[in-house]
Amino acid sequence: MERLDRKLGLLSSLPMIVILLIAFLAPVVVVALFSIMPPKVFSLANTPDFSSYSVFFSQGYYKSLLWSLGMAFASTVILLVICWPLAYGMAKVFGRFTLVLTIAIVMSLFVSENIRLFGWVLTLMKGGLIEGHLRTWTGMSFDSPLYGVPVIVFGLVYVYLPFMLFPLAQGIAMVPDDARQAAADLGATRWQVFTQIDIPLAAPGIVVGSLLSFVLAAGAVAESKILGGQAVIAIADDVETAFTFGQNWPLGSALSMILICIIGGLALFGVSRIDLDAIMGRKR
Amino acid sequence: MSDIALLRLRGVVKKFGGFTALHGIDLDIREGEFFTIVGPSGSGKSTMIRLLVGMDDISAGEIMLRDQRIDQTPANLRPTCMVFQSLALFPHMSVGQNIEFPLKLRKDSPAKRRERALELLDLLRLPRTYYDKRISQCSGGEKQRVALARALAFDPEILFFDEPLSALDYRLRKALEKELKDLHVRTGKTFVYITHSLEEAMVMSDRIAIMKEGKIEQIAVADEIYSAPVSRFVAEFMGEVNLFDVISVDGETLQSSALTISNDVTQSTLPVGGKGLLMVRPEDVQFVGSKDHFDYVLEGKIHAEYALGSRIQYEVEADGKILTVETLRESRIKDSEGLPVTLGFNASKTHLIGDA
Repeated sequence: MERLDRKLGLLSSLPMIVILLIAFLAPVVVVALFSIMPPKVFSLANTPDFSSYSVFFSQGYYKSLLWSLGMAFASTVILLVICWPLAYGMAKVFGRFTLVLTIAIVMSLFVSENIRLFGWVLTLMKGGLIEGHLRTWTGMSFDSPLYGVPVIVFGLVYVYLPFMLFPLAQGIAMVPDDARQAAADLGATRWQVFTQIDIPLAAPGIVVGSLLSFVLAAGAVAESKILGGQAVIAIADDVETAFTFGQNWPLGSALSMILICIIGGLALFGVSRIDLDAIMGRKR
Repeated sequence: MSDIALLRLRGVVKKFGGFTALHGIDLDIREGEFFTIVGPSGSGKSTMIRLLVGMDDISAGEIMLRDQRIDQTPANLRPTCMVFQSLALFPHMSVGQNIEFPLKLRKDSPAKRRERALELLDLLRLPRTYYDKRISQCSGGEKQRVALARALAFDPEILFFDEPLSALDYRLRKALEKELKDLHVRTGKTFVYITHSLEEAMVMSDRIAIMKEGKIEQIAVADEIYSAPVSRFVAEFMGEVNLFDVISVDGETLQSSALTISNDVTQSTLPVGGKGLLMVRPEDVQFVGSKDHFDYVLEGKIHAEYALGSRIQYEVEADGKILTVETLRESRIKDSEGLPVTLGFNASKTHLIGDA
């Protein structure tokens, strides 16, 4: 019986395994192989060398990577801070209103990211929605916040909010109310309840939310292009340029591999530290 | 135990919107006693304990602890502590960390905390090796002890219990009831316990308060609640009981349509024409032989028989209702069903509930 179960498990996961092998693993392998090809070749039939990786350091691509990781880190921290109260409300306080909020936030995902970002450009630009009205009505003016690092981080926060909010709400919902009450009863202040009960017990949600938004933000390109006007270059932008404009596949592949390794390592580390089963509701 | 009130409630009211859960509760809990609040679900007992530990605010009245008002003090600043029905242990901490939690909040040194935690493990008869165990590795009874140890580590003035045994199986519950009673003696702390089980209350408590619909019906020692309930509700809540409607004709002699009353019974405390309920417990009712004399007698027919182990319980149809009689096993009646019998009991075993 148990053997049959195991066989069935393998059989039913077969389609997924095939898809993952073809659509996920194969491209990564191709990229990995291209990354060790000499510069500007379009075939894997060349003698491997690591020149593309050395370019990463010598031509300053590492700066793009640091900018991307830094901005992703900043947006993740900001997201954690602003999403916590909202997620707490959704998990514990709002009741039926949570559904309304969830639908509203999910609806915003129906509009393409680029279009939403252009909407922000129209809102924030000089003579745009805010500054234009202000100038017409009061005569006062201010410089556009566009085309700088802060507005890129703002864009990342804005775009990846749902990816932090929902896992976080899920995590907070797992904190039992009586544990919070018991801690308070035993003398804990609100802050102590927060640090010693809420955070550790909501940790799976915090880790999943942070990983999702960090990984997505680190690989994001639209925010720095559209809102940032390329004030700084994101690493994903460099990858795109290398593959298209630069016609240098090995360089693009090497940059991709570096990003994949850093983010993959981070994700594996994060996931290994938490109980994924718990947040998926399989364990109580 | 002293007679000084440690916790004093005066006119405590709790309203939830339009619904009044507690109607002006007055209550004194003495230092060092094991006080149990008993009531059916919806009687307001859980609301009461939430007010006492500070998880809810009172709507009116005052709560005093050692002559200091505490009803406006938040839970984390009150010197009281509660063992939850769910136990509310912290799943992400070890047994030792759970017990040390209140000590850590007080910034005791790690060595001191550990020492106290080990002492408490000893007190609750858990092996010291449990210090490093995870909560999920403990059995139900062990979790119970950890929750108790954690509450005792807080060193509260009063330890509250919100039905902590209700989720356990019968045998474990019985064992823990006795352990809790024993712990109360050994620690000398004031315990306030909430339960819907009267049996549980009887085993452990010094005094019991019976609650009904947001009011306290009676506060007394267990034996008095059993033998001298103040109302039909308390009498029936305290287990099987037989109640007869009686009327006092002249302020001295009782009359009942169901009972034949001997002439020499004059024990009415009712006013002239006052109505009451005459209560007698099943174990005080006997089957009457030809030569016996009883103060109260009535005729009936055995309706059913149940074996209770050491005792036999009979349901007797008499006066249009079912009465309960309990006898020892050796005086069991053979082929009892449908048998006509005469029941009798003496005035000394009865209790008169006035104005029912």
